[in-house]
Amino acid sequence: MSLAMASSAARPALSPAAVRLLLGVAVLILWEALPRLGLVPQLFLPALSQTLAALVGSAEEYGAHLLYTLRAIGIAMLVACGLGIGLGLLIGSIAPLRRTLQPLASGLYAVPIVILYPLFTAWFGIGPQSKIVFASVYGLLPCLLGTMAGIQTIDRQYLTVARSMRASRWQMIGRVLLPAAMPTVLSAFRVGGALVIVGVVVAEMLTSSEGIGYLISRYRTLLDSPHVFAGILLVVWLVVLFGALVQQVERRTAHWRFSTRSGEAG
Amino acid sequence: MSTMARGTTPGSPASAPAVPRSEAKAPLRIVASAPGAVSVTGVSHTYDVSGRVTKALEDIDLAIAPGRFVVIVGPSGCGKSSLLMMMTGLTKPTAGTIVCSGRPMTEPDPDVVGVVFQEASLYPWLTAQDNVEFPLSLRRVPKAERATRAREKLALVGLQGFEDRYPHELSGGMKQRVSIARGLVQNPSILMLDEPFAALDEQTRITMGDELLRIWAETGKTVVFVTHSLSEAAYLADEIVVMSARPGRIIDRIEVTLPRPRTYEMMSTPHFAELRERIWRQIRHQVSEG
Repeated sequence: MSLAMASSAARPALSPAAVRLLLGVAVLILWEALPRLGLVPQLFLPALSQTLAALVGSAEEYGAHLLYTLRAIGIAMLVACGLGIGLGLLIGSIAPLRRTLQPLASGLYAVPIVILYPLFTAWFGIGPQSKIVFASVYGLLPCLLGTMAGIQTIDRQYLTVARSMRASRWQMIGRVLLPAAMPTVLSAFRVGGALVIVGVVVAEMLTSSEGIGYLISRYRTLLDSPHVFAGILLVVWLVVLFGALVQQVERRTAHWRFSTRSGEAG
Repeated sequence: MSTMARGTTPGSPASAPAVPRSEAKAPLRIVASAPGAVSVTGVSHTYDVSGRVTKALEDIDLAIAPGRFVVIVGPSGCGKSSLLMMMTGLTKPTAGTIVCSGRPMTEPDPDVVGVVFQEASLYPWLTAQDNVEFPLSLRRVPKAERATRAREKLALVGLQGFEDRYPHELSGGMKQRVSIARGLVQNPSILMLDEPFAALDEQTRITMGDELLRIWAETGKTVVFVTHSLSEAAYLADEIVVMSARPGRIIDRIEVTLPRPRTYEMMSTPHFAELRERIWRQIRHQVSEG
């Protein structure tokens, strides 16, 4: 009997999803309550309701700048992930190339590219070009490295099978390597894509005259905390939305990864 | 554990085989160009690992008539799988020629030889149906034709109703059925299998052996089957090719005269035991020599 009681006590009353939801609600309540109760100065943390009011009040301004930011993100993501995944596939599938370039790429990845941003503005001006180039470079490396790693961990047997069916080199890449590497490529895309978003916003905060990052930075100099937090909220929303989108794609295309035994290391 | 527990008489393992070798080579060369015929002539293979040259296969001659079920057995590391891979055209021998259905196998040709591998051979991102269609899609066979042919082969291996399952939703035996269907989908006259049931549990293994025999009987393909299991060899084969330890050479060819269809009960007949023993004697002889 005591055993039965123990097991029923050990069983969580709430599902993990419910706990997550509760945590979220708790954060929102604290966000509203702490500044209102005077526990945190409103300048450091404006109440949630104030932040939302700022967001709604300046909806037009935020909307226009969000569009700038989104456009820069879209282009940079296309470049970073397209180039990163494409090059990753190519380099990953050609062994000598991989051995030569992989340490280089890993090394570069460790360099905080933000410190190079002044250079980018010197080269490309303070217009959208510099932030697109910067964010592309920022997101490129994780895409490249992830794809290369994905190609490397593919069960070599898959390739032998394809050869036994006389697949051409291109069929091998498109029909075997790419789908087999898809789960890893998608996680690489998830990291790289998030970095692209961060890259664009950071660039806007540093030197720019448009975009959400620019708004955050400008309102900060005006000490207008609700508007600063409204901008931050938008960026967080963007990143979360992006993550959810990638997860959807993962569910559709990489469902098999989560239920297969991995093959022997090749 | 008494040493007397096993009733085997202490034989003379190193003595020459009591049964004479069959001389199947010469007469079969005549039909080497026929569909389904396999001819391996003077095949040797050496490879070097960091400067040390190893002789893996030495002077292999083997002729297989169309429609035969030939099983290659040997101690592990004897190069039986390497030999099979050369017969499929996946790897090249350092010397000698291999001709299947009249075509030199310098590269894989799925129209001539269908290959079934031991494991990790289905693409986990494709359904059973798409896995079987895969080789056809590489040849750009029209979609409708592809679908019909794949469905036919899945039915042949007993998998109707499982077309939309992904490999991870299939048991080990079912996965190998899909592999067999895929090997047959381009209608090659020869099917080569590299230890296809080695990863399966024993019951499944026996069932799959029966299934393969049924498929073989229905399609009339030539089957070349590599295994390390003596029982499997004796149960399935028309002819057993016994290979020695490295360098791999053919040391015996045994005609299996058990009637067909083979049944599980045959495994307990004296004839079956004799077959197993003859193979074992060869292999043990080789192992003790090395």
